[in-house]
Amino acid sequence: MTPVVEVGTELPPTSVRVTRADLVRYAGASGDFNPIHWSDRVASEVGLPGVIAHGMLTMALAGRFVSGWAGDPSAVRGLSVRFTRPVVVPDDDEGALVEFSGNVTALADAPGGGRVATIAIKALFEGRTVLGKAVAEVLLP
Amino acid sequence: MPDASFVGRAFPGAEPYRVGREKVREFARAVGETSPLCHDVAAAQAAGHPDVVAPPTFAASFTMPLIEQVLRDPDFGWDYAHMVHGDQTITLHRPIHAGDELAVTVHVEDLTTRAGSHRLTLRCEIADPAGEPVATTKLLLVTAEAA
Repeated sequence: MTPVVEVGTELPPTSVRVTRADLVRYAGASGDFNPIHWSDRVASEVGLPGVIAHGMLTMALAGRFVSGWAGDPSAVRGLSVRFTRPVVVPDDDEGALVEFSGNVTALADAPGGGRVATIAIKALFEGRTVLGKAVAEVLLP
Repeated sequence: MPDASFVGRAFPGAEPYRVGREKVREFARAVGETSPLCHDVAAAQAAGHPDVVAPPTFAASFTMPLIEQVLRDPDFGWDYAHMVHGDQTITLHRPIHAGDELAVTVHVEDLTTRAGSHRLTLRCEIADPAGEPVATTKLLLVTAEAA
């Protein structure tokens, strides 16, 4: 965890590879078996460029990015995103690379003590934003 | 055309959702969350939690069956097959743990139509058996009118 957190503090950027196997695992864990997340045939029938990642998986990875920085998944008290563009996941060993970065945009006193940091998150796939208006609220000790 | 009279209605789940320890671990693995707080009961308890901690988006995941039930209600007339997920917000009033019994109520907040596209806002209130709020989630779903 960054020793001093202030407005403007940047989170260490991370990138996450998402493969078809990850989509299958997330489908099972979340119960979202929509075939656009595992079937090329169905994905192309509905006009998608290919099988796409669950938006909620991309959001979860954003949550993981923030909780990893905070060092505590129970510190993440708010997460908000707009799904602006799909993450297309090819059927190969490389998968899709999603790059996360973010910075602290506000700090406030938390009602129960400690502080709440507001974090603006950027998530890029092939250089383009996949999560718009992505914001997290994290409790700091 | 979805029935606008659904706006303002609330749909409580038939029974509370019981958060399973192995489900929390499975979900954490699926989203790449390796924190011991999500996997190791002793580590979670040492940090002051009653059991393993669910990753934040778990709150939205387990509400989906009830949301689907509302969306597939034939009286509502929602075009389930052609919708996309627009926005998602999750607010945790406290962390969710294995062993929690959580009651979910889906509120139909808003429905607007612009240029043949319907925009539906749903809010889920998640509470413990004493009625204390645990989490609030909000989602925007968008459909195009079938041609």
